[in-house]
Amino acid sequence: MRDVGYLRVGDTAEALTAAARPGARLIAGGTELVNLLKERIEQPDLLVDISRLPLTDITVGPDGLHLGALARMSDVAAHPEVRSGYPAIAQALELSASPQLRNMATMGGNLMQRTRCPYFRADHDLPCNKRRPGSGCSAIDGDHRAAAIFGASESCVATHPSDLAVALVALDAQVRTTARTLPARDLHRLPGDQPHRDTVLDHGEMILGIDVPVSPPSAYLKVRERGSYEFALVSVAVAAETSGGVIRTARAALGGVAPKPWPLDVDLAGVPLRRDELRAAIAPAFAAARPLPGSEFKIELAQRAVVRALTKPIGLMGET
Amino acid sequence: MARITVTVNGADHTDEVEPRLLLAHYLRDKLRLTGTHIGCDTTNCGACTVLCDGLPVKSCTMFAVQADGREIITVEGLATGGQLQPIQQGFKEEHGLQCGFCTPGMMVAATALLERNPDPSEEEIRWALSGNVCRCTGYVNIVKAVRWAAQAMQEQAAPEEPATRQPATEQAATR
Repeated sequence: MRDVGYLRVGDTAEALTAAARPGARLIAGGTELVNLLKERIEQPDLLVDISRLPLTDITVGPDGLHLGALARMSDVAAHPEVRSGYPAIAQALELSASPQLRNMATMGGNLMQRTRCPYFRADHDLPCNKRRPGSGCSAIDGDHRAAAIFGASESCVATHPSDLAVALVALDAQVRTTARTLPARDLHRLPGDQPHRDTVLDHGEMILGIDVPVSPPSAYLKVRERGSYEFALVSVAVAAETSGGVIRTARAALGGVAPKPWPLDVDLAGVPLRRDELRAAIAPAFAAARPLPGSEFKIELAQRAVVRALTKPIGLMGET
Repeated sequence: MARITVTVNGADHTDEVEPRLLLAHYLRDKLRLTGTHIGCDTTNCGACTVLCDGLPVKSCTMFAVQADGREIITVEGLATGGQLQPIQQGFKEEHGLQCGFCTPGMMVAATALLERNPDPSEEEIRWALSGNVCRCTGYVNIVKAVRWAAQAMQEQAAPEEPATRQPATEQAATR
């Protein structure tokens, strides 16, 4: 790992000044950034440690849920009112990473994590436009089982790995930064011809918190190749109100299928909670899917996951 | 360089460290606490697990500067006064190790579990240890070792009445 400077900041103003320097990078829990440094994927000059800033709040009120950017994954996942009122968020967090990482990793850092595409993470020099702009994409003609089926470009087919981000999109959350407030669904960007930029945030811009409006019942379903400590092949977050076996309102977002959480933009109002009707109702959203040969299975898998998330209650770990 | 003060197994240590120094390397190379193993160095295996302010974390995925002002417990900090802790005794009794490389991380992670949940089910134990890999795949005995420790700790905590002591299962039922 290359040598790097270090500055622990005491308030947000100091953080902003330091983070604006060229070569500066914010560090909170560090569970992602330490690895990016180890693998020389990123080589900042200065680590700006924001971990002691008072941004760890988890507040549930009549207007919804407020999460400080530095609230830890384990604390949010264990919070009784998050578990009861916003289960998709608790489930998404609890199904992420491992206990040790959830004890360090933060809300803001989770949203800022980078793709798990094997070529981006490779410890030898393989073409990857996200890692080395202009070098090409090894995944398109290589191992692309985990690749995106929506929103990819000729430059990059990587998916975003955050479970939390998918839940936030389904729950219509807002992300507050030092410069603006934006919908969670607009935080991450499509690769186009600039795949090295994962989010719309500017250099030095810092996430302060996440605001989630009061939510209908919600759930997060993660499909992966082992039962724990693995990223999603596909995942789905749903927030739905139903009555008499019929959906009144529903919002859903998919993970593991796109460079960003992928909102399922179909109107499900009036659709009965039965497999065949749900399959017919969500099918139009998959017409835009453009898989690679090795990732085609995700189209069927994702649709089954949506149906299952809407029809089967999903328990939190330890409460099933 | 950055100056840090870290409490490790109850003793304060103040040192000048490079910001890029990993906590695992600080513990092993600077403090010579080599019980904390580095297995994968890629955040996967959990052999390097230590407690930071009571919670299990991966010391290979944390800079020493991040531990400034924190309280760290390593596997060397589990035993007190030369007496094995129940979790250590459990690994011994139930043969919870083969090569032993993952064992420090397993015991540290299990210690945090038992602190929070003194009577974990097999599923809860497996979930709590899901960030720890045993390449000998000795998981069955590792789970048994944690159960052994849980039972021993409950028996220790129960009132000392050896003549009328109930089996652990009955204690659980009447709690």
